[in-house]
Amino acid sequence: MYVTLSQLIIGSVDLFAAFLLMFGLWRMSSPVSAPAGILWAGIGMLAAVAASFLYVFDVDAAARPYLPLNGALAVAALLIGAGIAWWSGRKVAITAMPQAVALFNGMGGGAAGAIAAVEMLGGRAQGSTQWIVTLLGALIGSVSMSGSIIAWAKLDGLLEKPLHVPGLQWLNGAVLFGALVVGGYVVTMSVGGATPMVAMPNLITIFFGIALLYGILMTLPIGGADMPVVISVYNAFTGLAVGLEGYVLQNPSMMIAGMLVGAAGLLLTLLMARAMNRSVAKILFASFGPSAKRKQGAIKGSLKPVQASDAGIFMRYAQSVIIVPGYGLAVSQGQGKLYDFVKLLQSAGVKVTFAIHPVAGRMPGQMDVLLAEAGVPYDMISQLADINEDFKAADVALVIGANDVVNPEARTDKTSPIYGMPILNADQAKKCYCVKRGEGKGYAGIVNPLFYADDTYMVYGDAAAVCTAMAEAVRGLGAPAAAA
Amino acid sequence: MNFQIHIGGFIAIYLFMVTAFAGWVIIGRVPAILHTPLMSGSNFVHGIVVVGGIFTLLNATTTLERVIGFCAVLLGAGNVAGGFAVTQRMLAMFKSSGQGGAHKASKHSRPKAVASTKSS
Repeated sequence: MYVTLSQLIIGSVDLFAAFLLMFGLWRMSSPVSAPAGILWAGIGMLAAVAASFLYVFDVDAAARPYLPLNGALAVAALLIGAGIAWWSGRKVAITAMPQAVALFNGMGGGAAGAIAAVEMLGGRAQGSTQWIVTLLGALIGSVSMSGSIIAWAKLDGLLEKPLHVPGLQWLNGAVLFGALVVGGYVVTMSVGGATPMVAMPNLITIFFGIALLYGILMTLPIGGADMPVVISVYNAFTGLAVGLEGYVLQNPSMMIAGMLVGAAGLLLTLLMARAMNRSVAKILFASFGPSAKRKQGAIKGSLKPVQASDAGIFMRYAQSVIIVPGYGLAVSQGQGKLYDFVKLLQSAGVKVTFAIHPVAGRMPGQMDVLLAEAGVPYDMISQLADINEDFKAADVALVIGANDVVNPEARTDKTSPIYGMPILNADQAKKCYCVKRGEGKGYAGIVNPLFYADDTYMVYGDAAAVCTAMAEAVRGLGAPAAAA
Repeated sequence: MNFQIHIGGFIAIYLFMVTAFAGWVIIGRVPAILHTPLMSGSNFVHGIVVVGGIFTLLNATTTLERVIGFCAVLLGAGNVAGGFAVTQRMLAMFKSSGQGGAHKASKHSRPKAVASTKSS
């Protein structure tokens, strides 16, 4: 069979698109080349989508009468979906980025699931391999969709507390098993051409229902601070689902793009899990946090509250300050005010650096993006491995809205639930200011001895308000006229 | 020469293996500071699923298939457009202290920038 012109064009454009998508990710190796990289990837994607309309020349004979309707629907869906998402993607606050990414990721999973559903309903898949791959993609895509929606709800604050029900793991296992059984039944019946006990469309609906339910149940017990891992996992899931459906549709660019993302998600998941010193399996299948019961040894020292203005003035006369931002800063939207304060310190000759823990925030690298939004140049931002030695020489460590990532127990106390987790050594600085909303515990539910240390002073208040107060205090000093 | 695309089982596994390896290498080069844009960028990349959605919808024969196909294109288009919009927006925010004259602090942070480039 000879290839038609439209197939030739689609094939070449998709090849080009697959290359550009890989190239775009390749250029993400530096903040300098990344913006152009995403543009290249965008061009590739646009070309692939445009070329996909050439499929009209090769539709199945059965679908030919419906072509005008189907074509119009495709254009409408494309415009509506892209329009809404583009508009909301432009508008969403940078602090709400994890939610947005979770939602867009869930959409991709849903799209892969929907493609699988049509393939299954139409009985298009041939042979057991294609059927199994289709169902596997459907299962992973559906789990990714419903799981991402739950993750979105959690990140957006719609779902407050992680669900802790005894025996939930067993229920989850049973639900997953159920999905596999129904899926297996669908495959055997379809491949064998036998008539199932339940009508096939109903059976397929049940399969998707169970798969979606599993995604929900799997995500409900996972707590807020584990979200970086969850988002990475679902990103990998969607990628995998897209890759598998790409095989079913015999579309190599979908296979390549999907698998690329699958690998990316896996790598990021492992990086995040390592930064928390926990296994991926434990995060996904075992609950953590409030359930961690342990008698914590008596903590020496006391909490020493100070005024924000005093802290600000002290830092103004320091040589070097390292700032450790955490999720609390994102919650209070204080990144801009923090940078205002930092600029005042810099103009007074203080060396200021930001130290970022890999799992600070609700998705990998979220704090970096928040600081970038505030205008902090990226060469002022250092990652854990690069900066941890510098704390010893620093005059002040300013911890804002972070807790567990600076808990020295992780280094010293073998019984601590966070023992072994790499932390930022803020306790090694000569003096440490910790900005917190109250005396509450961190996500791990343990008391942080750093707050009780001799050289640590607590500044209570909302991170944004504290930054404003510190900046005002320094400004009050700095202007010679006001000082005189 | 035959340009017809047919990817059999084994070829598919080879393709997946090589791509997974390439993905691992490519993503391994991305610095931690860009992990959020990387995640939304890879999110955008799997938005290529919209192409499969369009193919499916164009080949729909029943109303049910058409409705599900419509959803596939709708969701896929949302994935791809939203993923691109947020990634592009985030990447545009990353500035070094050397460029972008808007930052007055650049005069003071320049020597420090040289000292700390090794970290980025």
